[in-house]
Amino acid sequence: MLNRNLVIIGGGPAGLAAAKAAYDAGEKDILILERENELGGILNQCIHNGFGLHTFKEELTGPEYAQRYIDEVQKRNIEYKLAATVVDVSKDKVVTYVSAHDGLTQIQAKAIVLACGCRERPRGAINIAGMRGAGVYSAGTAQKLVNIDGYMPGKEVVILGSGDIGLIMARRMTFEGAKVKAVVELMPYSSGLNRNIVQCLKDFDIPLMFSHTVVEIKGRERVTGVVIAEVDDKLVPKMETAQLIPCDTLLLSVGLLPENELSKNATVELSNVTGGAIVDDNMMTSVEGVFSCGNILHVHDLVDFVSAESEIAGKCAAEYIKEYHAAKEKVTIKTQNGVRYCVPHQLNKDTNYQPLNLKMRVSNVFKKVELTITADGVKVYGKKRPVVAPGEMENVALNSEQVKQLKNAKEVVISLCGGDKQ
Amino acid sequence: MKKVLIIGSGITGSAIARELARYQADITVLERGNDVSVGTTKANSGIVHSGFDATPNTLKAKYNVEGNKMFEQLSRELDFPFRRNGSLVLCFDEAEKDGITKLYEKGVANGVPQLEILDGKQVRELEPHVSDKVVCALHAKTGGLVSPYEMNIAYAENACVNGVKFLFERKVTKVAKKAKAFEVTCDNGEKYKADVVINCAGVYADDINNMVCDKKLHIVPRKGDYVLMDKTCGYICDHTLFQQPTKMGKGVLVTPTTHGNILVGPTALDIKDKDDVDTYSEQLNELFNKALKTVPELTKRTIITQFSGLRAHEDGGDFVVGESDVKGFYNVAGIESPGLTSAPAIAVDIAKQVAKALQLAANDSFVATRKGIPHFATLSNTERQKLIDANPLYGKIVCRCEMVTEGEIVDSIRRPLGATDMDGVKRRTRAGMGRCQAGFCTPRVMEIIARETGKDMTEITKCGGKSNMVIGRTK
Amino acid sequence: MIKEMICINCPIGCHLTVDCTDINNIKVTGNTCPRGVTYGINEVTAPKRMVTGSVKVKGGNIPMVSVKSKEAIPKELIFKSLELLKNVTLTAPVHIGDVVVKDICGCGIDFVATKEIKQQ
Repeated sequence: MLNRNLVIIGGGPAGLAAAKAAYDAGEKDILILERENELGGILNQCIHNGFGLHTFKEELTGPEYAQRYIDEVQKRNIEYKLAATVVDVSKDKVVTYVSAHDGLTQIQAKAIVLACGCRERPRGAINIAGMRGAGVYSAGTAQKLVNIDGYMPGKEVVILGSGDIGLIMARRMTFEGAKVKAVVELMPYSSGLNRNIVQCLKDFDIPLMFSHTVVEIKGRERVTGVVIAEVDDKLVPKMETAQLIPCDTLLLSVGLLPENELSKNATVELSNVTGGAIVDDNMMTSVEGVFSCGNILHVHDLVDFVSAESEIAGKCAAEYIKEYHAAKEKVTIKTQNGVRYCVPHQLNKDTNYQPLNLKMRVSNVFKKVELTITADGVKVYGKKRPVVAPGEMENVALNSEQVKQLKNAKEVVISLCGGDKQ
Repeated sequence: MKKVLIIGSGITGSAIARELARYQADITVLERGNDVSVGTTKANSGIVHSGFDATPNTLKAKYNVEGNKMFEQLSRELDFPFRRNGSLVLCFDEAEKDGITKLYEKGVANGVPQLEILDGKQVRELEPHVSDKVVCALHAKTGGLVSPYEMNIAYAENACVNGVKFLFERKVTKVAKKAKAFEVTCDNGEKYKADVVINCAGVYADDINNMVCDKKLHIVPRKGDYVLMDKTCGYICDHTLFQQPTKMGKGVLVTPTTHGNILVGPTALDIKDKDDVDTYSEQLNELFNKALKTVPELTKRTIITQFSGLRAHEDGGDFVVGESDVKGFYNVAGIESPGLTSAPAIAVDIAKQVAKALQLAANDSFVATRKGIPHFATLSNTERQKLIDANPLYGKIVCRCEMVTEGEIVDSIRRPLGATDMDGVKRRTRAGMGRCQAGFCTPRVMEIIARETGKDMTEITKCGGKSNMVIGRTK
Repeated sequence: MIKEMICINCPIGCHLTVDCTDINNIKVTGNTCPRGVTYGINEVTAPKRMVTGSVKVKGGNIPMVSVKSKEAIPKELIFKSLELLKNVTLTAPVHIGDVVVKDICGCGIDFVATKEIKQQ
């Protein structure tokens, strides 16, 4: 068994940022384990622009954004292993990985950062009936085939789900010569960014059909078409509205799920809402010394926020290794009245009053609301928003004084008030 | 040498091929699909029935009970996943308790060992997640689980290494009895001569029979929809949980699979189209609601996929096994549940009948054992290290959900009757069967198949025919 | 003429109303910040977009390298610019910023590589 201070699982944006921050906080004994053949994670296949506006104040493509962090990691000589898949993490922080080069290796870590990202929800999970021919892909799989491998999944495409990957793939398939016949969205609103609806769909006259879903897939060998129908306000398809769209490809962009199988092995407590770990303001999970950040923790819409969050995880992991501290008393942040969740879920009742960002999502589209945070019933923070939507993560920056008030409270509550919520 | 033609390479065709390979004969299997186990066998409950359900004195009862006893030895010899988990038939209504007693008596009449009736409390001690409404249950300790397609593949591979020829993409269009032998014509124009023809054509067995026999068969494809749940809800049950058949219908089962998922199903719908394995959302919802009666805490959130299979239901209601009214033409037809359990016994019986009729000598070089693909996911760390030391490809994990390595995928392609497409790799290795349903591993598996078979990526199919995964290069 | 559009500068996505009856005095309303005005005017006078894509690469650790237009190019050139990428094959190594296609359709902007490709 090998011994390492910090093992970071995942060499995507989260893992890279955590490694850089841990190093800069004084921890030099770091190992990144990456299952793919290169660092950068899913950013490598996100060849479109739109990354880095917050972090670097310029608009980069996915691979460029990744390279910035890869450079930082390489500059610091932080060790990483590629094509190394972690198969187990125990609650005693033993990491087991396999690679063709090293065989099966076990490492006793002092701290672990889980940065494994997320996966896409597949067809089966959303219960689309029909035939089972080839040509049904999750949008991310199609993105890899097109952008990395250089193959076209099909030439007449329907996309189910208007999340950002679905929108981006509508444009990509169009750019590569396919005809995107429709983007079909179950909800009456898109979970993707408005700018993507404009520059990926409207620019190319691709219809976006809200409150519609795919009810059946046709084609026994290869997809020959999909039947779509409008849904009622309970999201049940109205079969009288069913119509066939001939196509050879159906791309699914129906949600991302944090990939927490390893977290479960490590007995990390998970949230039913996010699917990720429950963490405190140090990004530490319920298992001491095990940290979680990025899309494995909760699905982000901007990589910039992944980097920021992961830098906190890396820094705190380094501090944890330096001076072991037992778990402290924590105050749980309650979310209600239209706020679905907040990360971190808990605040340590310590005297670290550093400014802190809280990230949260709302449960529906609300207009003219105020997002408020109270400490024992006293309003500590309030921000009026013209519109909030589930697709856009709310980022609340708290100053030291506000953090102090929250950390010293018995009850912290985040909710939406006013506007639609009255 | 005497020539035997077997039509169909599902579980019965493949099992018969293997059992016949114990004798000296020239054996060929004709399969319309592009792989073995692509019909009824690939999509069913995977249950090794104990035998209490079949009507006494039917072929179903006889072969079920005989077949059930053979699984320990077979799974050892042929190295396929099998577990004797036991089954429970749950009764939810005091008024219907006598139905359980009747089932028990039927089981005893069929010669099923180790049957007992449990009260509600005993049932919940065995299965704590079962509904509070269960008042009693029939417990059959000899019930088991098998991975049907892996069992089918194992049989076929073993037959293949013992000299049986498997020819794929050959749909039989004509069977004619000539003076001395049968002549069987395929859709590609090829003709095969045979002394004996064994009809194992599943839902098409009536069509094949009716080409040559006076006594006609009629098979209705009876469709069954299934829902497969993530391994995270594997704790839901350990026994196979049947619902007591009532006036209201047969009920559905909730069962673990040999790989630790939970399977819910099947529906039963008689249809006309023998290729229709489409799934329908209304039926899946109905199915799920029925399953909630057994285990109320099942949630749709853990569904990873749905599928549908066809049972070959013959109008007579029983298996049709043995020589037909045409000498030398054997039927193995109407093999619906408990067909999977019965197949080993049917195969031994048919092989003996054919060997006797053709006076076949024993094949002294017959090898009864077959080694399956080592499944990295289920090995100990020491065994894993050993595999990687021998072949570094076992250190490359391709399917992360099911922990399938490149070594296993390469093995599945290179071995006898190896995989040629995505579904073939999936059935042999489980790559793509996990919770992401092949989202991550698809491009990698395509690359490996292309490399190993010398094909271009654009030629790789999901399941043969025109099921190409990609249509061309971007540039 | 009055045009309705959504501003794509930031995630708020303001619904803009652009009155371009007088092309020399375009009026933008519905914006919550000054960038909306600029966007609205550009959209009706000379809309531009970034274009990203990929080209083949020989001798590298992967078969394709991603590229982008160094700046936004006139919207009407999008498909013409993509045609240019079809005939390009680079040879590894490739570095971020390497020029892939010079002066896209005469608009003065280059396609550049956005990924490091190692020589295999």
